[in-house]
Amino acid sequence: MKTVEMPKMGDTMEEGKILRWIKHEGDLVNKGESLAEVETDKVNIEIEAFASGVLRKILVPEGESAPIGTGIALIGAPDEPLPGNVSGNGSTRVTASTPTEMEKGEKTSEAPAQKQGGLLREEIGAGYLQGASQEVNVQTARTTESQGRVFISPIARRLAEENQLDYTRIHGTGPNGRIIKMDIEAVLTQQQAVPAVPAAPAPIQAIAPEAVPAGIDTGEVIEIPLTAMRRTIAKRLSQSMQTAPHFYVTSIIDTGKLAELRKQINEYAEKDSAPVKVSFNDLIIKAVARALLRMPQVNVSFAEDRLIQKKQVHIGMAVALEQGLIVPVVRNADQRGILDIARESQRLAELAHTGKLRPEDFSGGTFTVSNLGMFDVDSFTAVINPPESAILAVGSITPTPVVVDGQIVVRDRMKVTLSSDHRAIDGATAARFLQEVKRLLEEPFGLLL
Amino acid sequence: MRTITFRDALREAIREEMQRDERVFILGEDIAGYGGTYAVSKGLFEEFGEKRVRDTPLAEEVITGAAIGAALGGLRPILELMTINFSLLASDQIVNQAAKFRYMFGGQPEIRLVVRMPGGGGAQRGAQHSQMLESWYAHIPGLKVVMPATPYDAKGMLKSAVRDPDPVLFIEHELLYNIKGEVPDEDVDYTVPLDRGEVRREGQHVTIITFSRMLHVTMQAVEDLAKEGIEAEVIDLRSIRPIDIDLIINSVKKTNRVVIAEEGWKYYGTGQGLAALIYEYAFDYMDAPVQHVNSADVPMPYSKVLERAALPNKSDIVNAVKAIVPQALVRG
Amino acid sequence: MAISNLTLAGLTRTQLLEMHYKMALLRRFEEKSAEEYTRGKIGGFMHLYIGQEAVGVGAITALRPDDKILSSYREHGHAIVKGMEPRVVMAELFGKITGCSKGKGGSMHMWSNELGVLGGNAIVAAQMPIAAGVGLAMQYQELDTIVACFFGDGAVDEGAFHEALNLASIWNLPVVYICENNQYSMGMAVQKAWAVDSLLPRAAGHNMPGEQIDGMDVIEVYESTKRAVERARSGQGPTLLEIKTYRFRGHSMTDPAYYRTRDEEQQWRTTRDPIGIFEKKLLELDLATQNEIDANDARATQVAEDAAEFAENSPDPALEELYTDVMVDNSTALARRHEV
Repeated sequence: MKTVEMPKMGDTMEEGKILRWIKHEGDLVNKGESLAEVETDKVNIEIEAFASGVLRKILVPEGESAPIGTGIALIGAPDEPLPGNVSGNGSTRVTASTPTEMEKGEKTSEAPAQKQGGLLREEIGAGYLQGASQEVNVQTARTTESQGRVFISPIARRLAEENQLDYTRIHGTGPNGRIIKMDIEAVLTQQQAVPAVPAAPAPIQAIAPEAVPAGIDTGEVIEIPLTAMRRTIAKRLSQSMQTAPHFYVTSIIDTGKLAELRKQINEYAEKDSAPVKVSFNDLIIKAVARALLRMPQVNVSFAEDRLIQKKQVHIGMAVALEQGLIVPVVRNADQRGILDIARESQRLAELAHTGKLRPEDFSGGTFTVSNLGMFDVDSFTAVINPPESAILAVGSITPTPVVVDGQIVVRDRMKVTLSSDHRAIDGATAARFLQEVKRLLEEPFGLLL
Repeated sequence: MRTITFRDALREAIREEMQRDERVFILGEDIAGYGGTYAVSKGLFEEFGEKRVRDTPLAEEVITGAAIGAALGGLRPILELMTINFSLLASDQIVNQAAKFRYMFGGQPEIRLVVRMPGGGGAQRGAQHSQMLESWYAHIPGLKVVMPATPYDAKGMLKSAVRDPDPVLFIEHELLYNIKGEVPDEDVDYTVPLDRGEVRREGQHVTIITFSRMLHVTMQAVEDLAKEGIEAEVIDLRSIRPIDIDLIINSVKKTNRVVIAEEGWKYYGTGQGLAALIYEYAFDYMDAPVQHVNSADVPMPYSKVLERAALPNKSDIVNAVKAIVPQALVRG
Repeated sequence: MAISNLTLAGLTRTQLLEMHYKMALLRRFEEKSAEEYTRGKIGGFMHLYIGQEAVGVGAITALRPDDKILSSYREHGHAIVKGMEPRVVMAELFGKITGCSKGKGGSMHMWSNELGVLGGNAIVAAQMPIAAGVGLAMQYQELDTIVACFFGDGAVDEGAFHEALNLASIWNLPVVYICENNQYSMGMAVQKAWAVDSLLPRAAGHNMPGEQIDGMDVIEVYESTKRAVERARSGQGPTLLEIKTYRFRGHSMTDPAYYRTRDEEQQWRTTRDPIGIFEKKLLELDLATQNEIDANDARATQVAEDAAEFAENSPDPALEELYTDVMVDNSTALARRHEV
């Protein structure tokens, strides 16, 4: 009998709620098939079966939550006896199991289930056994795909946990695909692990294919229950505001040359074998990435007793969804060309809108760009996305009268506001950074060089 | 410092203790006139006489019982059993009597007894003369079991054993009697504690834990490993009961990988016992399972070729290390 | 009635009465122990000395206080005669901290450094080599202390018996080896186990003096032991005494004794009770009055009762005692922590 456990899908996930069971008690399950849809603090994910067999018992019903690692279902042979403190029927009828049915020691319809189980056995026989042996004989290093158990040495597990690394996604180089100490160490040095900042949750990113829950009309007001995403946004951003002393520096950027460059780029890109359209935001991302490279003191996290300066630049781009805000990350933005950034940002946005973002897509960012320009917003200030130390709020591009050589002319102007965490970044630093960004955007040829 | 053999170191220890304390005497088969099967007691009969250097009949049970009785009567006997293989005939006296008297009788008796005996094989002596067996005795509460591997430790630990108020099994090795090593000058009275291991070599990639003759095999193996960039830390246990667990655990915390190299058999022996202890104390520091180098699970054959194959050698140790030290970790 | 000034075997009337008292004490103590065992106060194995009182009393009376004794598991009598307080013996049987071995030994493992009671052994014949060693230590240190080693007819079958006698003989050790031949080693009758019908050939075989004695006669036991002790003390080496006796009860508390007939037991109890024999002799020789005899018995009964009461009221060992006394420094664990 195999226990299906609530999987950890995301480095801050502590528990998951069963939104719906895709398979039901008595159903045949093949390894890899989806079992249930689970809501985490950030995303809704379908969890897949790691073993083939019959779904014998659902331990956590729809609507209920369970901490990661706890059993949520049992998969086994149809006539296999359930563990002593779990009673239940393994019949092929689709039954909605509720907790009361599972109380210990109750005699349930074991007998009819056995008979039916007997029939089932013949059907699934070979497939089940095959599935079981496959799971047991995981010889290849497939831990990253998590088809079976993750093998990890005790010291490696400890290191991973200490550094809040989700090791299920790490490739193991030891025997049987075992993750060993040096695999964790490699990840820690090259990849941006979530820094060991005490009580700093990962950046907000929530995708919810789930609709905004319907409100409950109580007459005077309508009460709308919080989704996990909303709850997380609330928690993280208020914490950010409370712990990081925010200060704001605004700059007005002349976007004339930027628009010109963009036009030329898009003309070129149209005829590319893989055509892509570059947006203003893509260029802003590139400029910010370059600026961070030049001024790594903005690419930092504040930890209790030290500043952690990242060596890599991963830019988060805020994406607004109906349900809330999510910030997928363009990794190594400083190393990507403009077309590459455009393709990546579009890919991420697509995933975001269809609810297919994976945890690694929205973790590990070092700086965020939030653009409300499409809503005609003149300017705004954004809340820093912890554990980052700064965020750039981009307003709309507006034709604006300005004075040039004593004359009034119309120029396209864009207001950007940098929010900075004063614990890590001082005023002058913020100002110089913004100056650099402005320079790169106003003389945009620099972005190509 | 001077360089002497393991055998000479033992003799010096016995001699010095006999000179220091009149109650110390030695008994065993062929230790007087013959000078000892392995010549450890050579010359002592001439120096100290029959009362204190006593040949016994060929009767392991009674001579061990008598040694116990002599200790109860206030003397400090050093009993020599010719080999650990023959100690089986005296095992009741060792296990049921010496180990238990103090406890069973509410703390009243004191058995200041040292039983010296060589263990181990490698000299084509055949199955009944080549066993290690230290783990059998180390299993028993009430006994101390030590196995020095160097002349320095042989002398220092034998002196400690004589002065120790508990029964001590002092297990030597036939093939170690001729090895040479440094000891302090004659006028220096030194002892080595009976509850401490020793780090023979420092390294950061793997901890090799060993004792008795296998220490020397291990030191050769680590030279080979060093040529490939693998730096091994070598711990000489010296005492099998009690075991210096902190020394071991500190090393494991550093290297995260352990190889245990012993001459005895694998199952239910010192190696497996020690591995279980390591998992108990340091599971969270393990990067790989404990590797175990030991003798083939057969009675020791006589044929030279077969005996050599049965005993662990330095390649076995090298291979065990390489099985758990990842290539990528080592700077070629 | 005139009380005679005669002595018996050189013992004064006081001494003889004391011997009688001790025999009575052993009898009443063992009976009391049996009772307490059936009430669940004493656990494990218990081997009673009932019927063999003359051996323990007779032999140990011939020893000096500084002489050492080693015994088997049928040792309550030996310990008490050597001077151990019945209270302390009973408390050990009850497993209490006030027992001679702190409750950690029980019936088979009694010890006293001061009284020279060196165990108690549950391994048959194991005490014989050890006794030789103690004798060796006395000889080595040029003391005239001697060792008396008690064992049964079963021990004679063990190799250690022969090894010990041989060693004692070649090294001329001051040990008196006393075989309490009660005819049965558990269920094995001595006629079936021994290749010879007495130990005299075996003593001769190991080149030492041997005697065969009626163990129901306390004076005979005393006299022969005295001879052997003299020999040992004067450097003439070991003696093997075969003292023929009988145990009136089974081998241990759990032995229904199917291997002998009730008639046989009855015969010994009624006609060969050593206490009865001694009392008869004392009375016949006017060395004691019936009153004195009765008084001894009454005192013995009282002391046995008192011992049981003391044991009952004594505390158990504290749980910390579980780990003490394994080694002299009270450590025990295989893994020795130096840090922490």
